[in-house]
Amino acid sequence: MSRRRLNPEAEAASARAKMHKKPKFRLSFVALPYCVYALIFVVVPMVLVLVYSFFYHYENGGSFGFTWEFFARFFNFSDPVYMQVLWRSVWIALVSTLICLVIGYPMAYILSRMKPRIRGIVSFLFVLPMWMNFLLRTYAWMTILENTGILNTALQAIGLTDKPIQFMYSTGSVIFGNVYNFLPFMILPIYNTLIKLDGSMVEASGDLGASFGQTFRRVIFPLSLPGVSSGIMMTFMPALTTFIVSRLLGGSKISLIGDTIEKQFLSTGDYGFGSALSVILMVLTLLAMAVMGKYEKEQSATGGLLM
Amino acid sequence: MAKELIRLEKVSMAYDGEEVLKSIDLTINDKEFLTLLGPSGCGKTTTLRIIGGFETPKSGNVYFDGVRINDVPPYKRRVNTVFQRYALFPHLNVAENVAFGLRVAKRPKKEINERVSEMLALVGLRGYEHRDVSQLSGGQQQRVAIARALAVGPEVLLLDEPLGALDLKLRKDMQTELKRIQQQAGITFIYVTHDQEEALTMSDTVVVMNEGTIQQIGTPIDIYNEPQNAFVADFIGESNIVDGVMHHDFDVSFAGGRFVCVDKGFAKDEPVDVVIRPEDIDCVPESEGMWSGTVESIVFKGVHYEILVDSGDARWMIHSTDPQTPGSRVGMKITPDDIHIMHKSDAKVWEEEK
Repeated sequence: MSRRRLNPEAEAASARAKMHKKPKFRLSFVALPYCVYALIFVVVPMVLVLVYSFFYHYENGGSFGFTWEFFARFFNFSDPVYMQVLWRSVWIALVSTLICLVIGYPMAYILSRMKPRIRGIVSFLFVLPMWMNFLLRTYAWMTILENTGILNTALQAIGLTDKPIQFMYSTGSVIFGNVYNFLPFMILPIYNTLIKLDGSMVEASGDLGASFGQTFRRVIFPLSLPGVSSGIMMTFMPALTTFIVSRLLGGSKISLIGDTIEKQFLSTGDYGFGSALSVILMVLTLLAMAVMGKYEKEQSATGGLLM
Repeated sequence: MAKELIRLEKVSMAYDGEEVLKSIDLTINDKEFLTLLGPSGCGKTTTLRIIGGFETPKSGNVYFDGVRINDVPPYKRRVNTVFQRYALFPHLNVAENVAFGLRVAKRPKKEINERVSEMLALVGLRGYEHRDVSQLSGGQQQRVAIARALAVGPEVLLLDEPLGALDLKLRKDMQTELKRIQQQAGITFIYVTHDQEEALTMSDTVVVMNEGTIQQIGTPIDIYNEPQNAFVADFIGESNIVDGVMHHDFDVSFAGGRFVCVDKGFAKDEPVDVVIRPEDIDCVPESEGMWSGTVESIVFKGVHYEILVDSGDARWMIHSTDPQTPGSRVGMKITPDDIHIMHKSDAKVWEEEK
């Protein structure tokens, strides 16, 4: 083997490569518990949902068979109530995501420009609300936004309004709840790409005559797109599927696909229809992911929290 | 002779109270290839960044074409930079990278296209317009970075150790290439490097820096043959630096002998540094030598042998094409103009610390 000893670096590298081989085998072992976990809690439920959505069975007669019935109930064009619910969910999720982006991008940018020490404190403040339970956070907003809540009381006290303003149970309050809850998921991936952005790119752009606005538009923003698309995914998905925000802040008035599905399982007991709605929602999210994934691949730059 | 383009006047710079440039005076001529050479931390990159406008000097003035430009931002200077790691925009292809400065300046499309192909031809990358920059080799990325900086028509191109990331062979090719590009573009290049060979190969003028001060300014030949102090002598090429005493003009003693030299103007019996290049010492039979020693080791270096000779009070490095046997006695000979006498300086302290 040691015919030539001209390149000690290459030898060191091959030695390192050898050392890496063994842990590779061990690492696959470590993944085993997760595989079991995923099988039980991800794969099996998904298969069950698929089965429920395509098969009917009657408890008393015990009959059982394939059916399109549950999907037909959703795609009922003479009474498109469920399609309307889905459509409302999609646009509320889109608007929430867009607001998150508009607020989150500048925040992420400012954060990435801060001195490391201050940056640590501020990003800690961003993550702090997440230490509290999601449900509790949303409940807290109920007490703030209610007609007899803190906000209305305060507004009336300083005389800005004499009647309480109806904040709760509106599209607005649901969008607000989404933005509040999912904003960190928009900020963090964008912040991650911005912080990794090579400062010499910005300098090079300035050196070539670009003003700050031009540098932002032509260099910083395009290079942060992987983070933006991750952020969009990470806010759009939960905003689309949430049922807590819509139920607590939207009440019965603003019913979204998430609470409709929940209702099928927990109140109506219509597992078949609930499963069919879940499958439709799943297909929709997969489609959205595929679109974003394709877009992300075109953006060769690295970064992003996901993928 | 040449027209003055940039002048630094008593420029100082400090980061967090630590002085990195100590009142530097430097004049750079038009269409000159000037190299700032020195070890890391000597202030060469800071000097470059001050010229580029990325740093504002703590005190002193920077003049461009006679106009003070201390507070002029980078994008308003007719100076462009090739960054150490190229800083190419990964989301743009080769042509878009080169066109960047022109697009920002909102030049007409036709002009941009012409300029881009002209620049790519200059750096030898014709036909690479639509390549992704990440698909290029280090040398090619380097060329794109140069084309991008030249496209906006600067009067000065600043290059911050641009060949550092390339392998040896490519580095040698790029040295000649850079010189050609500079001559063809007909503008001033200010080049920063710690590699003395690069500096000697390409430059019209070399500025040797150490610890925030300029040690010597001169042509590569001057710098190599007539180093002004022990630091320069040691940093440029390899040198034997020994203590000596200058008795009179042209009369020096070191290594236990008295030698005729070509230097003058020293105080009587002034202690001096004597600098001798390894290739200037000839190995001869002991009886014929001016002084002698024992061969300690010999290493084959390709072009020459590197021979270490211990003369009792000093060790001499000799570059010779003839091998010697370790342990044998050998005589050493030198001609007067190969003996370089230097005043003792602070740089000597640096040498000892090293």
